[in-house]
Amino acid sequence: MSGFLSVIKERFKEGFVTNNPTFIQFIGMCPTLATTTSAKNALGMGLAVTAVLAFSNTVISLLRKIIPSQVRIAAFIVIISGAVTATELLMKAFLPALNAALGIFIPLIVVNCIILARAEAFASKNKVFPSFVDGIAMGLGFTGALFLIGSVREIIGAGTWFGMKVTPEAYSPATIFIMAPGAFFTLGVLVAITNKIKYDVNERKRKKEANAALALADRAEKPSEEETV
Amino acid sequence: MKEILVILLTAVLTQNFVFIKFMGICPFLGVSDKTDKAVGMSFAVIFVMTLSSAATWCVYHYVLIPYGLEYLKTVAFILIIASLVQLIEMFLKKFIPALYASLGIYLPLITTNCAVLGVALINIQQDYSFLRSVFYGFSSGLGFMAAIVIFAGVRERMQLSSPPRAFRGMPIALIAAGLIAMIFSGFSGFNV
Repeated sequence: MSGFLSVIKERFKEGFVTNNPTFIQFIGMCPTLATTTSAKNALGMGLAVTAVLAFSNTVISLLRKIIPSQVRIAAFIVIISGAVTATELLMKAFLPALNAALGIFIPLIVVNCIILARAEAFASKNKVFPSFVDGIAMGLGFTGALFLIGSVREIIGAGTWFGMKVTPEAYSPATIFIMAPGAFFTLGVLVAITNKIKYDVNERKRKKEANAALALADRAEKPSEEETV
Repeated sequence: MKEILVILLTAVLTQNFVFIKFMGICPFLGVSDKTDKAVGMSFAVIFVMTLSSAATWCVYHYVLIPYGLEYLKTVAFILIIASLVQLIEMFLKKFIPALYASLGIYLPLITTNCAVLGVALINIQQDYSFLRSVFYGFSSGLGFMAAIVIFAGVRERMQLSSPPRAFRGMPIALIAAGLIAMIFSGFSGFNV
């Protein structure tokens, strides 16, 4: 049981922090920029990708010993596009408004590099359970990033969040943020903030290590002082 | 003639594939650090987009519709594009080695370029005729070329500047792309 928990913890840490698809790896950029015009669309897109990713990772992991390695990319693409078609049909039936808002980007999940990247880097080499968890964790890491970008853009660009008015009356929204250029600006600034945090954390770690080394050196020196006395 | 001009200008300027429709962002950010690389990539994209528009249109209208399999279009199109890219690669390698030498390395990357699948799907969605689809594919490729070549030029200059440390690399490139996108959205005017 603790084995399962540690797998889950490790995968989620990778998906959200150390290997976040959007802020660290820069993959799957098209939907990241195109569908984050509002928090709701961003969340919908993220969850659609998560569903496809969890399904394709599981199936590919199940079939990893059967698929010959020469044709694995083609086989992965067929599995992925099957999953995407199923998702598209389900969304058309149950969430028609969201499907209309996301438009062509739902079928385009097929060529989202995150999915093929996880299939190639993880699911084709690991057991079924870790692959499934990896799909969920990476998908939710992607969803989190999209949700953040979508929220920033919707609040600055439209003054609303999930359609509710959140800014004071006096604020007139900067429409450019829900248009195309705003997507690039928001992502650029958020990546810069991520970089800043990353550098600061590294800096602190280095300082701590340097201090620890100094303390160790001090302790090592002390006995020698006593000996001389 | 007039219609052709409208399609061309729409695809290149007012509805640019990269800056307005956000398709093909991965190669746009990935191979735009040098202008000559960007040019090579965009010729490969124009080539594949035009051919795949023709191929997917034919398959959709002569295979999928007669058998009532329209819902399989995503699966069918991605397979067509992947095998078309493979075929073009083999053909160029064998018969036009000079062209293969300049485009060869970009071809495998194109399979996962969402702009190629995007064009194929838009052609079907908008119910374009055969010639119109092919021409739309060609002009979308030109739009991609305009975007990536301009961006590569900006990025080359940018290497000489020194932004704050946290902005170096991807963030400043994204902000530069935002500024270019603003220019492109100016072509259609700011009305929401």
